[in-house]
Amino acid sequence: MEMQVVQRARENFLAGRSRPLEFRVQQLKSLQRMITDRQGEIATALKQDINRSQYDTPLLELIGLENEISLAVSKLAQWAAPRPVEKSLLTISDQVYIQPEPLGVVLIIGAWNYPWALTLQPLVGAIAAGNAAVVKPSELSEYSASLLKALLPRYLDQELYPVVCGGVSETQELLRQRFDHIFYTGNSTVGKVVMEAAARHLTPVTLELGGKSPCYIDKDVDLRVACRRITWGKFVNCGQTCIAPDYILCEPSLQNRVVEGIRQTLLEFYGPDPKSSPDYGRIINQRHFNRVMALLDGYTAALGGQSDSSQRYIAPTVVKDVPPHARLMQEEIFGPLLPIVTVSDIDDAIHFINEREKPLALYVFSSIKKVIKRMLAETTSGGVTVNDVMMHYTLNSLPFGGVGQSGTGRYHGKHSFDQFSHHRACLVKSLGMERVNMPRYPPQNHQKARRVRLAMRTPLVDFSKGTYIWAVTASIVALGLLVALTVILILAAGVSCTCW
Amino acid sequence: LYIAIGKMASQSEVIDRLRATFRSGVTFPEPFRMTQLQNLLSLVEENEQLIQDALHKDLHKPKFESVLSEIQITLNDLYFAMENLRTWMQPEYNIGKNLATRMDDCFIRREPLGVVLIIGAWNYPLHLILLPLVAAIAAGNCAILKPSEICQATEQLLAELIPKYLSQDCYAVLCGGAEDTKSLLKNKFDHIFYTGSQVVARSILLAAAPHLTPVTLELGGKSPCFIYGHIDIHKAAKRLCWSKFFNTGQSCVAPDYVLCTTQTRDALLPALRETLRTFYGPDPGASLDMGRIVTPRHWRRLMDMLEKSKGKVVIGGESREEDRYIAPTVLVDVQESDALMQEEIFGPILPILTIESLEEGIDYINRQEKPLALYVFSDETSVVTTVLNNTSSGGFCGNDGIVHMALPGLPFGGVGASGMGSYHGRWGFETFSHRRGCMNRSWLLERVNVLRYPPYSDYNLGWLRWATTFKKNSWGGCSVM
Repeated sequence: MEMQVVQRARENFLAGRSRPLEFRVQQLKSLQRMITDRQGEIATALKQDINRSQYDTPLLELIGLENEISLAVSKLAQWAAPRPVEKSLLTISDQVYIQPEPLGVVLIIGAWNYPWALTLQPLVGAIAAGNAAVVKPSELSEYSASLLKALLPRYLDQELYPVVCGGVSETQELLRQRFDHIFYTGNSTVGKVVMEAAARHLTPVTLELGGKSPCYIDKDVDLRVACRRITWGKFVNCGQTCIAPDYILCEPSLQNRVVEGIRQTLLEFYGPDPKSSPDYGRIINQRHFNRVMALLDGYTAALGGQSDSSQRYIAPTVVKDVPPHARLMQEEIFGPLLPIVTVSDIDDAIHFINEREKPLALYVFSSIKKVIKRMLAETTSGGVTVNDVMMHYTLNSLPFGGVGQSGTGRYHGKHSFDQFSHHRACLVKSLGMERVNMPRYPPQNHQKARRVRLAMRTPLVDFSKGTYIWAVTASIVALGLLVALTVILILAAGVSCTCW
Repeated sequence: LYIAIGKMASQSEVIDRLRATFRSGVTFPEPFRMTQLQNLLSLVEENEQLIQDALHKDLHKPKFESVLSEIQITLNDLYFAMENLRTWMQPEYNIGKNLATRMDDCFIRREPLGVVLIIGAWNYPLHLILLPLVAAIAAGNCAILKPSEICQATEQLLAELIPKYLSQDCYAVLCGGAEDTKSLLKNKFDHIFYTGSQVVARSILLAAAPHLTPVTLELGGKSPCFIYGHIDIHKAAKRLCWSKFFNTGQSCVAPDYVLCTTQTRDALLPALRETLRTFYGPDPGASLDMGRIVTPRHWRRLMDMLEKSKGKVVIGGESREEDRYIAPTVLVDVQESDALMQEEIFGPILPILTIESLEEGIDYINRQEKPLALYVFSDETSVVTTVLNNTSSGGFCGNDGIVHMALPGLPFGGVGASGMGSYHGRWGFETFSHRRGCMNRSWLLERVNVLRYPPYSDYNLGWLRWATTFKKNSWGGCSVM
């Protein structure tokens, strides 16, 4: 069944239906309408899946998605146009450009923590780039998956953008088919499986994975604001965000004040009993609930720690003085547990971070430029937000993606379009200027070889700034000399010049 | 000495040493990268004769080709990189912002990946391994080079020269055969850059998957060449012959086969004969400018294809086993099912397939895998545009062959079965870098931030929506204007 779906998508792609710009724009606008019209149903599905509050839905999923669609619709013509390339002296009469082209049929595998944003944002890029796309939403967010399966065919072309639902076996069946690109959001274990499946068909992949995103808090920072921002990022969606600050690094002297700052903020956000707050979420399923609770084993919470298995509720929890070898520090938490690990200073913090796998996001809170500069220069991560958390995700001109174990490839805004396109290098020469070409043909001799070498040498092959400036300056000087010579000759000839 | 380096146990030692060096951060600063690039430049400039000799020994490469397609292209890429390194390394600040992020510092940093593996190929053994190395060094990485074992003289030369000119703690050459490569791939790298065949590419991707290592694959395919419509057949024949028989047809972007009408073919054949005579004289086997097939195995592969082909040899066809010579050969009456049309030829054999219309040719091409390059010789813009719009390929060149890859401004890479990723010039730098999106938020505007915190309300949501929504035709979405 999956094979037929992919086959049909391919046939429709080969027929050229997804390529015309008007068609792409029309599909994107239709997607926009779906989100606007069906917002209520989407919010309901999310409430059933993950107890998402009605405000979190637009805030975390839909606004970003709508922005992406508006940007794509507005800029599509520009993005899809041939991109001119710097010419050289040798190619001055040729056309040299890069033409973005659709790849073909792409596979988008969504995630369950933000089932709409993480499935549809890549789809926006795929459609904008002119591809057909098979959409496979995560089965863990089952209400959203069924809703997407019901809604998408009503707004988008069914043949070009089919939705395939199902579990592991359906996904495996899909992965056996041949795609021109696979876009996967999820964990690194499945990421490796996806990459292996793609290897068989030499399919390029984009993997948006995760990791433990560190959050370093420097001393001399406004802790009130810092803690508020961190608390928001950590406990939104009940900690189930790939770029949530996973753990805190700070000096021992700060620890208690950090805990206090978080405690006060939690009170502001969710009141004394987060369980009864409409704005606090739940864990997606029993398995993950058990997984997160197991991480807490053997540790006493400085804040929170309560849970209710029947509701899959875990209170916002903070743990102090966590040792680096604790289980809490071995895997991505993906839940409302916030460990604080103490480090002696910034060097220690940088060393700590670099000993571990490259994270998807890195956060540093400091008012000292030098500290921030060092953090950025001496570590690496998918992305960074300084003095806040997660916000780099919201600016679609920044590329969003991981590095190392946190992923490969990037998207958002124009980056999505580029990710789903092939950038075809095009050189259209004229058959004229053949005399310039002559030295390259056999039979060869010294003179020809020297001439070709000279012609190929940068800066002739590369119209660099230096050459340009040299050329302009030399021309001006030469012109000046010529004028001076002319004036001298005129004077020497004895012609009177009233302008003198 | 270099054979000892190739042993399995030493492989991990070398990789660990390089990784420790990378961790120390010594490859990050611009002066270091410049020095290494300068040293690499000296390596090539000071050893030109040795390089030419090695290439001649391995591939019977004419001196002209060595200079043009191995030495000069490497030097050019080095000049280009050194000239632009500072610009490439700068964080990119010119990024659109919205109202909520107006007071923030937003930029994209290019950061090194770590220890990268570069696997070379045998057809251009120097530049196919050095150009990626230039990009890797420029991007601040440490690199392990694994040259092709088929070109032993070049492999030995690289193993000897690289440690002499470049920092031994950052860049190493590991030599060996298929087994050694397999064990090398068991290690973790931060990027793998492979040039070669599809079969090996698959195993490389499979080896990279467990480590989630990103891969660049420069593969090949059958690059079609249209000769259609109104065209100066003599000029076209010259450029076609040059591109096809350069390096004895052993180029990944050589025009693999020709598609044209019967009339064009009839005009083309005498032009080809004349051009070949001008290029190589009456006996190409005696010309200094004609190369040889790299190994007896490949010679045998090509002869097999030629023997099994049902096409008619109209030019060339001579061969000599002792020195692995095959004359520039052209066949006509070749069908889609022919032995010559099943895999990339990679030799001096040019089949001509006749088509009745451009559409027929385009349909044919689209039935095959996406090629690395696609060529069209035509004076008519409509022909060029039609082919461009209805096909896909790694790169495209109109009215010439191969030369599109010599321009540092164009990305060089494949699509589909012809590869993934690209390099040359800035594209190589980007391939070996991580683009890290950074947002430095100001402490101010906390009042705007307050809108996003719980307890949630419709009022806050409304304002937040307004502040963060992208507005059409605005300058980065500032809704105040």
